[in-house]
Amino acid sequence: MQQIINFIIRYKNFLLYIFLLTISLAFTIQSHSYHQSRFFNSSNWITGNIYGFSQSITNYFDLDTENEKLLLENQRLLDLLINEIPSNTVNIDTTDFRYTIVSGQVIRNSYANQRNYVTINKGQKDGIEQDMGVITDMGILGIIENTSNKFATVQSILNENSNINAKIKNTNHFGSLIWDTKTYNIVQLIDIPKLVPLTVGDTIVTGAMSSIFPENIPIGTIEKFDLDNSKSFYRIDVYLFNDMTNLKNVYIINSINRREILELESATTTNE
Amino acid sequence: MNSSYFINIIRFTLLVLVQVLIFNRLNFFGSINPMVYILFLYWYPIQKNRASFIGLGFLLGLSIDFFSDTLAIHTAATLTIAYVRPTIMRFVFGINYEFQSFKLRNTTKAQQFTFLALLIVVHHLVYFSLEIFSFANLLLITKKVLSVGLSSLILCMLFGSLFSVNKE
Repeated sequence: MQQIINFIIRYKNFLLYIFLLTISLAFTIQSHSYHQSRFFNSSNWITGNIYGFSQSITNYFDLDTENEKLLLENQRLLDLLINEIPSNTVNIDTTDFRYTIVSGQVIRNSYANQRNYVTINKGQKDGIEQDMGVITDMGILGIIENTSNKFATVQSILNENSNINAKIKNTNHFGSLIWDTKTYNIVQLIDIPKLVPLTVGDTIVTGAMSSIFPENIPIGTIEKFDLDNSKSFYRIDVYLFNDMTNLKNVYIINSINRREILELESATTTNE
Repeated sequence: MNSSYFINIIRFTLLVLVQVLIFNRLNFFGSINPMVYILFLYWYPIQKNRASFIGLGFLLGLSIDFFSDTLAIHTAATLTIAYVRPTIMRFVFGINYEFQSFKLRNTTKAQQFTFLALLIVVHHLVYFSLEIFSFANLLLITKKVLSVGLSSLILCMLFGSLFSVNKE
């Protein structure tokens, strides 16, 4: 007994080091799997407020360009609205809407790591929940991962755990959108069969298989494509429409039917 | 004693804020984010109580991790340099660092440089090994350690000379 106590006293620093290292390694290994830690992320109260404060200052530096962007987007939407045949605008029933949209602002962005997360200034208070889609006016950004009362973190598409259903525009060939962690403006689309005709410059949009994003949200264009190791599927480099280094205004998409779809799917799998 | 506590608390807070609000957003050449918070462990006075120093290293890493959503990678790296710092110091400054009168500012520039560089290399090696987490990418790890390490070293040297305590 005496010897054990002596041993502990002599090596207490080493043991403390090993103990703390084990904790941090456990967290690290956990973060390499699908989910970000639930409690310790930058959407919590302290970090969220500090980032929010810093953003409220830096906000002013690029107001001009942001305003211009919003104006352009408004113009595009107005174009659509005016050219729409004015059928029965009076009878639009909001209960028919399949998606609701909340706007928000990015308060922290990262794109240089292997697993990038973006923090936004909307949270549970604004009805944000896990697994809602986030887009910008240019295209797709990511999926809500964690929320606090006033903030939320978004798993960016620039994250090695990210996996989003996508397709080639105007076809029904689906694949998965992943990121090889190399460059911040190129992501990879895999599992597109060899027989699909492809051209460099084709547009990639989100697919209908996802219960998170609506169909046909733009993602990017084909930069180059190759066959993968199995020689039967393509591995496509997609050049993103979004400039991931410069994000400000985002839209969070809430799919109203999502819960119903998920319940149905899980019921089906348990029945099998 | 009290004033040294106070200075360390301020240093800790300021370095964390400077790191997460400025240097984590730098993205020099696309992906280089220098890590200046290592300076806390470089400046921290030599103490008999190693356990509290290791604990502080853990806390420092953890607070950076909270902000950057890189949970526990910074912690593991910072913890490791907090643990090996005495070994590095013995290697760099020889046996006389264990004396009570030892002060970092009394050492030569070359010694300070080697000390800082070794801290940064160990830290970045642990950090990028854990972040990339595959030995197949050994080349990528080396590349990152060298490029980010060099930028951290330069910035830490600059900060070190800006806020040196020579005037006392």
